[in-house]
Amino acid sequence: MDRLLFGDNQFFGVNHMSEEKARAQAIQFHAVEAIIEVLDVAYAAGIRTFMCTTHERIAEVCDHVRSHPERYEGFTFYPCMPYAHKYANAVTEQGMLGALRQFMPDDGFMNAALRGGKALASKDIEGIVTLLVDAEMKMFAGLSTPVIFLQNVVVDLLLGLGFDEAFSIFSAHVRSRYNAEPGFITMNLPMLLDALDRVGEENPIVCSNINKLGFRVSGGLDAYELALTERRFRPIAMSVYASGAIPPREALEWLHSLPADPAIVFGASTAGHIRGTVQLVEQIWGEPVAALSPVTD
Amino acid sequence: MVTVAMVGIGKMGLSHLAMVRAHPDVEVVGVCDSIGYVLDVLSKYTGLTTFTDFTTMLDTVKPDAVIIATPSASHVQLIREALGRGLHVFCEKPLTLSAEESAELAAVAAKKGLVTQVGYHNRFVGAFQEVKRLLDAGAIGTVSHALAESYGPVVLKPKGGTWRSKRVSGGGCLYDYAAHPLDLLSWYFGEAVSAGGTVISQVFSAETDDQVYSTLRFADSISAQLSVDWSDESQRKMTTKLSIWGSAGKIVVDRQECQVYLRDTAEPPPGYHHGWNSRYTTTLTPPVWFYLRGEEYSAQIDHFVRAVLARPEARGAAQNDFASAAATDRMIEMVLVSASAEENPVRATTTAPPTTKPRKSLFGGRSTKTAAR
Repeated sequence: MDRLLFGDNQFFGVNHMSEEKARAQAIQFHAVEAIIEVLDVAYAAGIRTFMCTTHERIAEVCDHVRSHPERYEGFTFYPCMPYAHKYANAVTEQGMLGALRQFMPDDGFMNAALRGGKALASKDIEGIVTLLVDAEMKMFAGLSTPVIFLQNVVVDLLLGLGFDEAFSIFSAHVRSRYNAEPGFITMNLPMLLDALDRVGEENPIVCSNINKLGFRVSGGLDAYELALTERRFRPIAMSVYASGAIPPREALEWLHSLPADPAIVFGASTAGHIRGTVQLVEQIWGEPVAALSPVTD
Repeated sequence: MVTVAMVGIGKMGLSHLAMVRAHPDVEVVGVCDSIGYVLDVLSKYTGLTTFTDFTTMLDTVKPDAVIIATPSASHVQLIREALGRGLHVFCEKPLTLSAEESAELAAVAAKKGLVTQVGYHNRFVGAFQEVKRLLDAGAIGTVSHALAESYGPVVLKPKGGTWRSKRVSGGGCLYDYAAHPLDLLSWYFGEAVSAGGTVISQVFSAETDDQVYSTLRFADSISAQLSVDWSDESQRKMTTKLSIWGSAGKIVVDRQECQVYLRDTAEPPPGYHHGWNSRYTTTLTPPVWFYLRGEEYSAQIDHFVRAVLARPEARGAAQNDFASAAATDRMIEMVLVSASAEENPVRATTTAPPTTKPRKSLFGGRSTKTAAR
């Protein structure tokens, strides 16, 4: 796993500080070419991993990368699923079961349709989860996806409900079907590590807010620092700038000073911001981004 | 430790269930829903005890408190039953679909000394709380007007199959969406004294409303414009925004950001200065023990749990209790009644003069023709 990963919130009108900024970004990235242009800047700066939601427009990015393999050597996707708003809106409109039915694959794959109907009828969560994962993974066919993430809205819902088994179902399916490692995004890191322990996930990849300000660090910064020091897992820090509330250098120097050395996922919508972050990381960590030691244990 | 039973596990209910089950001071002793599917899945995989009948659940598990997240029309009956058994109640908004019944429930709860709360989560959003502090401190002088807006993507095509598409179940933009900005207005300015100029209209729904616009008046000559539309696909999710004008400044706030302009005549509160100021959720929001979909949802459940755990004499004024939600229900009803009064609006008394506009003639030249009257 690379040390520095590129995220996609900025492309889809997600900004935790300002709805105005989010809207401006949604306008800026209306055309997929604009997204690709930014990705190209990130690639040129040495970044090789794109951690992205399964937003339908990512399918266009996938098409582009697939059709230009020579331009994106070593480029990998870390899909983060599901794109929660798609499901949330469907649930509002059609209720829980209606939404599930809508997302069950039925496009000509008799096997999938049968599996889906049977799984739904028998409340077989394993069948439902694996089918939903397969539906979400379709757009990445033929691309490198060494890590597949479960999004925080789902992870934290399952975590709160005490539905631990869902994590191992996801994990087993991602490993066997996609030869990938499972990743988990959460807003509740210490609590999730306990749950993953309970289902026997060893050294899991967990992405969570880690920032000096303690913004959306649920359970408190102290508990997070303790987890980073004492627990065995592969951490990825997101919201390291707390949506712009912490100056970049200060944010990254604090992160570098932590006993555990987490990978970092960051989003940026301009060449200047991407290069700025890459340069800062190279200065603070003392190595080019491409050469930074990967996170392996 | 508080023992809690939950009824209603739709989208909001499931979130509440996850948050309350993760609360260190709560034990969820029972979950109830009329539809068995999700219930069966929960029972199979999470070890929760499930029921399809509310009364049976209460008889069996005897909880300290209940959380109600069923469609709005069912609230009255469920709350009556819970209060009758002396249980503390957290209920999703709106409290009921009748201001009179809401007031009655508030009175019963008060008489019995029970903790009650309704899910107006915006009052737990850091940015909206900051506005309350600023207004209470008189930061923008004498308030004259507010614009309260909510938009979002709920009903985006003609047919919807859930309770939200039916007025009798409590669906409709007024009860489901407008309730939020109305509740914020009543928090900031007290209960409205009148509503007028109301337009309640449909974009896609056949049985209920998709848009609500109204003018409300409050004490101290404060007026507010309400503008709500739940068929607005341009929003990624529901957004609620208030703009407030005062003699010494202006506030523009949504859940993420509180922007404040202070005139030279204002006395800036600590940390503020004249001109534009901005405060973000990132710094306004205290951390919560468990996060799902926004700190405010966890914070409101925590507020309820703490109130239940506190000794009755130490409880103090609870946020969003039934009395406060009943006031919001009265405002909703006022808007609804005023909409029918608008059937006889003041009509224009003069006729517009005839307009002339240039028209291209068939032969390429221009001719003018008086528009038909």
